[in-house]
Amino acid sequence: MVGAPPAAPLPETENGKTETHMETAATIFGSDLFRMIVGLIGVIALVSVNALFLIWMERKVAAHMQLRPGPMEVGWHGAIQTIADALKLLGKELITPEDVDRPVYLLAPIVIFLPVLVSFLVIPFAPKLIIRDMHVGVLLILSFATLTVLAILMAGWASNNKYSVFGAIRSVAQNVAYEIPLLITVMSIILMVGSFSLVDIVKAQERYWFILIQPLAFILYITCATAETNRAPFDLPEAESELVAGFHTEYSGMRFALFFLAEYTNMFIVSALATVFFLGGWRGPFLPGWAWFLIKVYAMIFLIMWFRWTFPRVRFDQLITFAWKILIPLAFANLLLTAFVMKLF
Amino acid sequence: MIGYFKNIWDGFYSLLAGMSVTIRYFFKPIVTVQYPREKLEMSPSYRGHIELVIDEETKTHRCIACEMCSRICPSQLITVEGVKVGKKKLPVKHYIEYQYCSLCGLCIESCPTKALKWSNEYRLAGYTRKSCEVDLLARLQQQQRLLGYPPTPIPEPVPEEEAAAAEAEAKAKAEAKKVSEKEEPPKKEEAPAAEVKKE
Repeated sequence: MVGAPPAAPLPETENGKTETHMETAATIFGSDLFRMIVGLIGVIALVSVNALFLIWMERKVAAHMQLRPGPMEVGWHGAIQTIADALKLLGKELITPEDVDRPVYLLAPIVIFLPVLVSFLVIPFAPKLIIRDMHVGVLLILSFATLTVLAILMAGWASNNKYSVFGAIRSVAQNVAYEIPLLITVMSIILMVGSFSLVDIVKAQERYWFILIQPLAFILYITCATAETNRAPFDLPEAESELVAGFHTEYSGMRFALFFLAEYTNMFIVSALATVFFLGGWRGPFLPGWAWFLIKVYAMIFLIMWFRWTFPRVRFDQLITFAWKILIPLAFANLLLTAFVMKLF
Repeated sequence: MIGYFKNIWDGFYSLLAGMSVTIRYFFKPIVTVQYPREKLEMSPSYRGHIELVIDEETKTHRCIACEMCSRICPSQLITVEGVKVGKKKLPVKHYIEYQYCSLCGLCIESCPTKALKWSNEYRLAGYTRKSCEVDLLARLQQQQRLLGYPPTPIPEPVPEEEAAAAEAEAKAKAEAKKVSEKEEPPKKEEAPAAEVKKE
């Protein structure tokens, strides 16, 4: 659908308000409030189950790539291991070091977790299975993803620990640097579709998935996405073997669990975006839409995990060089090429 | 300029090469052994604590209770007690205190009948020091039962009175020998001295 105009202008209702897609969903569910509550519960359930599953999947994938079985004791092949870990974390003492900046220290885990929840508002699991299909869906997700940087800086700074500050500073530099090629790459896709709405982007991939016509954009997007979620090989802020735990060293028990949860949910969001932009969202032959969507999302998550267990961590200067000198020029080139091709054909 | 693009291409290709290795390893079977549920075969040359050899023809041990092993052990941890049964001597007690063993193998080398060998036993965790003591005769009986051979009966130890009497006799003999030795040497010393004087 290269060069297609934006989604057709929507009909107007009696009181002069434009009927958006959300009105359509409201007619299915009933009232506004009911839909919001259902959406909220659904999101929280999805986030919890997703984190549970992802932590197990990460440990199993890591193990099998290292020729070992991973967790096997608790439940069938360690399936309940995550619940055991969560119970352990719940039972831990919440240690607050002296001289921390208390309000900032206590708010940081919350600030890192909430924007991720908000991003779930616009993810299209199926044509009608979306909480609110906003016209600025992509913009919403990207802007809330930037709040993560603020949270990391808060956590690192308030911890009264110079190594945490190092981790936080590295994270800010990394996230800001990789945000730019991410946005430019997303711009090339939006240019093709002509709308920020995620449902429109999926609908525009009727004939072929965008990964086939923009493979460079896909590679750039995946690289920037791993950097944005602070996953290896870009996990300097966490730097498990260097800074103990980087910016979240001073957090114990449930607060640490929130950071962890935020990281895995962020991974889900970013993979969901990749699916929507490049892999055709919910489209697929036999299974229902949401099944295909989840399959594609978890395939992308597997790709991100595959990166983690293959590549060594980059050094900080290599990280920044990579972003500014290689990814940004390539992203610009991709954008220019897309614009060119769109103008000509 | 070309170098810049070549650099990018080389880097990208190397990333793909690395990923291909990892994905191949993902599908290979695991190499770890899940210990309590699966066990590895011990190699026959493994050195566990010592045990009595089961002789092929007699289906029992070859120990003659000579106590060579307990004498040569540098940590003095082997205890052997034997009793005469007919013409032969057989062990009544034969146990080691494995907590002191240094696995030197001198006991195995010094045995005149080659009655001792290394075992394959590695499951030796226990809660007390006592649990490290290994009774070699009891172990032999267990192994014989597992193989279907008749277990070797442990002979009766010598009753207390007889043992005491035998000790007393031995003591008396030794003393008599000492006394007779004291008398003889002075005689022998005088004789040559006398001869020298004469000449």
